Amino acid sequence: MTATTAPRSPSIKALPAGKISALKVLLFVLSLIPVGLLLLAFFQDELGANPIETITHATGDWTLRFLLITLAVTPLRKLTGWHWLLRLRRMLGLFTFFYAVLHFGTYIVLDQFFDWRAVVLDVLKRPYITVGFAAFVLLVPLAVTSTNAMVRRLGGRRWQALHRSVYGIAILGVVHYWWLVKADVFEPLIYALILAVLLGLRAWWREQERVRQRSAPPPSATGRSQGRIIPILPQ
Amino acid sequence: MLIKHAADIRPSEITSPELYADRRRFLRLAGAGTAALALGGPTELMAAQARDLGPLVKSPFRVDEPLTPRKDVTRYNNFYEFGTDKGDPAINAHRMKTDHWTIKVEGLVGKPRTFDLDQIYKLAPLEERIYRLRCVEAWSMVIPWVGFPLSALLKAVEPLGSAKYVEFVSLFDPKVMDTRPVLDWPYKEGLRLDEAMHPLTLMAVGLYGEVLPNQNGAPVRLVVPWKYGFKSAKSIVTIRLTDKQPNTSWNDAGPGEYGFYSNVNPDVDHPRWSQAKERRIGDFLKRKTLPFNGYADQVASMYAGMDLRKNF
Repeated sequence: MTATTAPRSPSIKALPAGKISALKVLLFVLSLIPVGLLLLAFFQDELGANPIETITHATGDWTLRFLLITLAVTPLRKLTGWHWLLRLRRMLGLFTFFYAVLHFGTYIVLDQFFDWRAVVLDVLKRPYITVGFAAFVLLVPLAVTSTNAMVRRLGGRRWQALHRSVYGIAILGVVHYWWLVKADVFEPLIYALILAVLLGLRAWWREQERVRQRSAPPPSATGRSQGRIIPILPQ
Repeated sequence: MLIKHAADIRPSEITSPELYADRRRFLRLAGAGTAALALGGPTELMAAQARDLGPLVKSPFRVDEPLTPRKDVTRYNNFYEFGTDKGDPAINAHRMKTDHWTIKVEGLVGKPRTFDLDQIYKLAPLEERIYRLRCVEAWSMVIPWVGFPLSALLKAVEPLGSAKYVEFVSLFDPKVMDTRPVLDWPYKEGLRLDEAMHPLTLMAVGLYGEVLPNQNGAPVRLVVPWKYGFKSAKSIVTIRLTDKQPNTSWNDAGPGEYGFYSNVNPDVDHPRWSQAKERRIGDFLKRKTLPFNGYADQVASMYAGMDLRKNF
């Protein structure tokens, strides 16, 4: 995604491995807070009159939020020069999948209670469920290929091509939310605007890069392909 | 030994949990009331005391199903003027002042009139009716309403022969309500005149034996139990009899999704979700939705010969 761009500032802001590990533990704990609060609310009978709806909405909200946070890593890294952010991206992506599994599971188990006929009809007939289901299915290969071994097996180029589908998944996710609200699109609009900024920045940088490459002689091919893969793997 | 039983406390005399929780505001109001009494003026407090529902007639219109707990009925509301989250109305609706309320009844009637609350309360004996409420969002409740048939109010204004429809307009007060243009405010609903005159069609002023909480549409709301909940307009300020089908807020917002009739119908899905089943609040498993929300015997004849897929 952005791995092609070499850091422009000469001062590479690196963090020692110990600090990265500590950050990862912190992030892991923080990422579990939403599901922890839901469980707490469940045991305290604080989920309101329609608990299944509350759980469905909360897990859906957090799926979208983690997806947007994951997509914010690259722009944030570029803007701040904090390259260590990249080392947290996989965990954020996997938490997106974690909340998506909870969201989908809530729909299948709590909402429909394994009424597969109703589920199939929903997926086929209701556009917001169709796109939500598509987004979930498309997340599965990304989660499966998130390990270092899978990155190596696929090769950086193919891995990256596959994982670019996350842009489309994010759009499907926001559309899923937009299409299910009855009249008040305020909240989906906020998600849509954030996503537009995150994708817009990428498009703009890509365009800048294209212009720059046209005016300057291209860098050596080996350097470029290595630049694509190396930052993906944790050192 | 003679044990004397204390007189039964009428439900209307029990302090509502909201009012109890709100006792500081009550004390402030009481203080203001005492001051106003000394000056000889009417007060909000007196108005609140005046609104006693009194003894209630037990209506034969009662479904024999467990009631939805009061806390759910009063904390899970669609009243978009006070926010679009279902918890919002219970938090925000207290800002609405309902004490000096009037309902203007106009249009194709022999005796157009503006009713104040005292007159509304005296239109007919107040009844307790237990109705199912089915929301278009596929959840449902069972609610003990207090009210009187809308027909009593309509008869009082003598509808003209040319009147075919009844339009209901809800309060829209930008000072206390959410002004974002989520719907075309003020909220408008409508019924055919025969639907409005149907004995099941209720003007509710209370629930669970108490004055209607603001978030449930105080001081007077419509309850049409065989239609999706949004047809039962809340906090009504104007009733207008017309010869043409009136525009309604949800129908204007989504003509393909919310029909003028909006009779509960498991066979006609909302374009974005199924209406075949519903979740009764408090239940885990969904139940089948009944045609006309279980009131088919009483109301289906009004739609004889109509294509209910077209007139959804």
